[in-house]
Amino acid sequence: MILARVVGTIVATRKDPRLEGQKLLIVKPVSPEGHDEAGYVIAVDTVGAGNREKVLLVGGSSARLAEGCKDKPVDQAIVAIVDTVDLDR
Amino acid sequence: MLIARVIGEMVATEKHASHAGCTALLVQPLELDGSNRGNAVIAFDSIGVGVGECVLLTTEGYSAMTSVGRPNSPIDMAVIGVIDRVELGGAAAPAFPIRAGQHE
Amino acid sequence: MQLGRVIGRVWATVKDPALHAQRLLVVQPLTPEMQPTGKQLVCLDGTGSVGAGELIYWCGGKESSFPFLPSEVPTNATIVGIVDQLHVQRDKC
Repeated sequence: MILARVVGTIVATRKDPRLEGQKLLIVKPVSPEGHDEAGYVIAVDTVGAGNREKVLLVGGSSARLAEGCKDKPVDQAIVAIVDTVDLDR
Repeated sequence: MLIARVIGEMVATEKHASHAGCTALLVQPLELDGSNRGNAVIAFDSIGVGVGECVLLTTEGYSAMTSVGRPNSPIDMAVIGVIDRVELGGAAAPAFPIRAGQHE
Repeated sequence: MQLGRVIGRVWATVKDPALHAQRLLVVQPLTPEMQPTGKQLVCLDGTGSVGAGELIYWCGGKESSFPFLPSEVPTNATIVGIVDQLHVQRDKC
């Protein structure tokens, strides 16, 4: 799992039927310190995350264990909205 | 999943039997500014898309093979949607076209 | 999947039992414009008929072991087809 920040949304009408009703968000990885990192992915939102919110992103086959993603073509899922990150340094 | 653009098609006769009947597309993954993100890849088409369209590309095996109806097949990428609109920070992203009448 | 060209072959006597009878081919990944890109890698031959110098497409990840089911072969890159034709139309984008 990695930390990420919501930066945008995707609208797609023609898509795999198993993605109907799923909210697709664009997220960018962030460091534990909160700095934006390179790259992005499109993830299914399972927790109602909003723009600019810091979230927990799970990737790979584990993404399908998120709420409502079972047996769906989901490779990245947002599974939590991060309140705080404490670093021991 | 990534944003990608369909740039062509590939034809192969000699291939894994489970790939028979699949349309193989050449797709170029894109960054959020519309520039190329790495190299173009080969993805199977589960939607029926055309060259030039902006699409949703899954880069994970299960999602790819089940979307084209070929479970337990060596498929690691598939086009699973056509993108109508990309928004960044609440506004339409300038790098991507908006497909009219497909949303709202 | 990605495009590539077969540029060599690897022989290994001591290997995982599941790799016995598998051909190990060295592949140079290519762009659709036939330019070499990225590092060369070793792929298994999932078609059984790939020859030297051929333009192929290969699959990565766990899925690359699926051509050999029910045998569970430890591979993360397998050639799954030989390319006949490519139609690239980047200008249409």
